[in-house]
Amino acid sequence: MSLKVRDVAALIEKIGDVIEENKEFLTELDAAIGDGDHGLNMNKGFKVVKDKMNSTNIKDIGELFKLVGLTLIATVGGASGPLYGTAFMKGGMAVAGKTEVDMNDFIKIMDEAIKGIKMRGKAEAGDKTMIDALEPAFNALKEGVLKELPAVDILKNAREAALNGVNYTKEIAARKGRASYLGERSIGHQDAGATSSFLMIDAIYEFVKDNTKC
Amino acid sequence: MLGIIVVSHSEKVAEGVKDIAEQMNSGQVLIRAAGGAEDGRIGTNPVKIKEAIEEAKVADNILVFVDIGSAVMGTETAIDMLEKSIREKVKIVDAPLVEGVLAAVIQASVEQDIEGVINTAIESKNMCKL
Repeated sequence: MSLKVRDVAALIEKIGDVIEENKEFLTELDAAIGDGDHGLNMNKGFKVVKDKMNSTNIKDIGELFKLVGLTLIATVGGASGPLYGTAFMKGGMAVAGKTEVDMNDFIKIMDEAIKGIKMRGKAEAGDKTMIDALEPAFNALKEGVLKELPAVDILKNAREAALNGVNYTKEIAARKGRASYLGERSIGHQDAGATSSFLMIDAIYEFVKDNTKC
Repeated sequence: MLGIIVVSHSEKVAEGVKDIAEQMNSGQVLIRAAGGAEDGRIGTNPVKIKEAIEEAKVADNILVFVDIGSAVMGTETAIDMLEKSIREKVKIVDAPLVEGVLAAVIQASVEQDIEGVINTAIESKNMCKL
């Protein structure tokens, strides 16, 4: 797997499309235990991201991630803005100056992104947040690289791990965000943030699958 | 001089709290409002918060008062984006938005010590109205 600046921009645009397709679903999930704006807020943010990517001359992938991060921070409006925004900003710093990224770079990006989300949200695994989807996906990526699996298979495993993580959030009580006020009553509901994180990993898998020639 | 930033999910609430506070302000406090998400939706905008703090950078201390939820995370994100020289002057105060801002403005007219102003704002949580 090797993605150039324009490929990564196309991938981020695809993530935006997936968020748009799922905006009502994400908002419904959030309405059950949160404040009910996750899908609409994320969709708003990624729409502006798309406009900015089209109107900005971007030289490298680090710069692209910074643009995406800053835009999400400025436009999303809810907590997911600072969280995903920080993830893209920190992730971009891992590939500063690069015009091409591979699976090892993606692992570095994910590592920094997850650290950024944990720092910003003061969250850990098991808090019923995006971390519960992202961390298992990250572990699957590392394992896949160690086993020297093809990129598409590695991403497929990461996608499955993220989905299992989303399902796990149904079984646990929220410890962060507004859902945490509900405590045990949040059990049975899947976390909207973990779900949007899964959708992003899923979009990455689909994108790489569709763009890999065998 | 003291700087106060009013952060709310609503642009109107932030402006309104600033308006009330200005009634008590005889020039001792530089007050800025940073409410609402981009394009006026309900939410918070860390970039708007950052810019409001920067507008108050002449102040020796800048206190940020927030309403709920993501207002805290949004403000922390804004603070992280500031230049170090400004960032060092900024503090989020764990106080109710309306009462806290008013208490801080009034206290700042009688006391220079920033810790005293902050403590008065925090104590406004316990204010009895009836």
